[in-house]
Amino acid sequence: MTSAVQTATRKALPPPTERYTILGWLQKNLFDGWFNSGLTIVALGLLYALLRPLLNWAVNTARWEVIPANFNLILRGQYTAEQVWRLWLALYLLAFVVGFAWAANTKIIQGELIVLFAVPLLLMLVPFFDGGIRINLLIVEAAGLVGYVVGRVLPQRQSRLGVYALLIYAVVLLFILRGGSGDTGAWAAVPTNLWGGLLLSLLLAVFGIAISFPLGVLLALGRQSKLPAIRMVSVLYIEFIRGVPLISLLFMAQVMLQLFLPDGFPTIDRALRALAAVTLFSAAYTAENVRGGLQSIPRGQYEAADALGLSTFHSMTFIILPQALRAVIPVLVGQFIGLFKDTSLVALVGLFDLLGVARTVLGNPNWLGTHQEVYAFIGLLYWIFSYMMSYTSRRIEARLAVANR
Amino acid sequence: MSEQSNGNHIIVCKDVSKWYGEFQALRDVSLSVKPQEVVVIIGPSGSGKSTFIRCINRLEEHQSGDIIVDGIPLTHDVRNIEQIRSETGMVFQQFNLFPHLTVLENITLAPIHVRKVNKAEAEENAMALLDRVGIPEQALKYPGQLSGGQQQRVAIARSLAMKPKIMLFDEPTSALDPEMIKEVLDVMKELAQSGMTMLVVTHEMGFAKEVADRVVFMDGGEIVEVGTPQHFFENAQHERTKLFLSQIL
Repeated sequence: MTSAVQTATRKALPPPTERYTILGWLQKNLFDGWFNSGLTIVALGLLYALLRPLLNWAVNTARWEVIPANFNLILRGQYTAEQVWRLWLALYLLAFVVGFAWAANTKIIQGELIVLFAVPLLLMLVPFFDGGIRINLLIVEAAGLVGYVVGRVLPQRQSRLGVYALLIYAVVLLFILRGGSGDTGAWAAVPTNLWGGLLLSLLLAVFGIAISFPLGVLLALGRQSKLPAIRMVSVLYIEFIRGVPLISLLFMAQVMLQLFLPDGFPTIDRALRALAAVTLFSAAYTAENVRGGLQSIPRGQYEAADALGLSTFHSMTFIILPQALRAVIPVLVGQFIGLFKDTSLVALVGLFDLLGVARTVLGNPNWLGTHQEVYAFIGLLYWIFSYMMSYTSRRIEARLAVANR
Repeated sequence: MSEQSNGNHIIVCKDVSKWYGEFQALRDVSLSVKPQEVVVIIGPSGSGKSTFIRCINRLEEHQSGDIIVDGIPLTHDVRNIEQIRSETGMVFQQFNLFPHLTVLENITLAPIHVRKVNKAEAEENAMALLDRVGIPEQALKYPGQLSGGQQQRVAIARSLAMKPKIMLFDEPTSALDPEMIKEVLDVMKELAQSGMTMLVVTHEMGFAKEVADRVVFMDGGEIVEVGTPQHFFENAQHERTKLFLSQIL
């Protein structure tokens, strides 16, 4: 017993303290000699002088109560209050699917997983949430755990199952949010013009990314095609879309599309029109980024695939695209972050996404003059999701680094 | 070309010519190879020897003349091209392994998707091939983790996994560090002894002397001289051949 403990401690000695404790780090990096100590103090003083007005505002002047008072609006826009349980249902399922997909993909417990599981619990600490929200958050947490356990039970690693689960979830999600056809009852329809806030922004971004990505890859391949017709169409599409600003596409989709459609043609959903504009726009940029990746693949790779007798389809699917897409992950993620933030333009064509609801709040006479608070808060929300995307991209790159040249 | 001579030869090339723009890279190259024969092609750089063997599996397109591989004429018909390619293995100077796949996946990819072999069988066969080229322990590594010699041996195994009737080698040892050349040549010698039909572009004269049934000397896009290794290294006829040999030997 004792000897076992001793061997264990011998194997994993604690790291040298001066490098891995806060005090050690402070001394090494900030107070290493009188000159550096002086610099640190001067820098701290400068920082304080610069940030003092900001801190003063944030602590004393700002009317933060505008956020809790309008929290529902910011999160979900005008989504029918009686149907909010469906949003929670969607969140339970999301937690379940993410937990499942994670466990199906890897059995290793990573730091990110723990952070992910901490999110609902941390949110429960938000002071102005009522008991109902907290219970719902707890159910989300439980659903995530159940999903994770189900994924763990799988006999072996099956990343595909996780991907399928996410795809099915995307479809189910729309059914849950949209509901049936009736105006009343538990499954009453919630038309998309009531969707808003963070909900709408995220939906536009996620579906925009998910649909524009395969479209962009096809366009990139089309642009390289040996068939002149396909190549021409791809080039025309890409160059046309890239030549106009997104806002003009949004206006076209919202205002002009209806003029071109025949009389009596059913009105297409406005959120859907915005999604179409965002998706078509993003696809053109994706296509160019992917083309960059395709061009970075040495000719020898194509030749080796050809020499083995692989068809063009197989050679693209298994050899060229996997490498090309890997090469452009950072660019693609950058573009997707851009797309997420660009969804705020839909506020200008009358949709109530995050920016749209912010403007609604500011139009409310009770909350006159709270611009800073509201914009700071939605800015924070944008930042959180953008940073998550950027962090995920770096993790994926690191994971794929082994297989690189 | 009569039926008779097709029957005797697995590769038949007749008056093959190719141009890059105005520049003629191949001039009426005619060469026929019998099954199990090992033909080594030598010549100065720019002589068209790589271009020639790359025409045989249509990595380059010839513009006139006929190429018939195992009775299949090489035409614009994609089915013919794919059939010829699946019967013809090729080993490149730069290995051209797929860097995002493990060694095992590199070898099993084509058998699984082109030959429709099931995965277990393909992997078993791949392991046998890795054994044959002497690096079974590297199966789960990525190409980037292997030395040049090991990578080239994986490339040979990858080609062999398609069970080709013909192997084309395009300067297989030119990109290798000197101490790794032998391990690759040894694999190629073993392959030649096992009865594989081989067409090898190389600068390794030792290999040519020891293994080749015939040596072909190319210069300026045409075949200058063909003969046994003995004829070549002891009794070359043409001035250009003599000059080339004097420069490299």
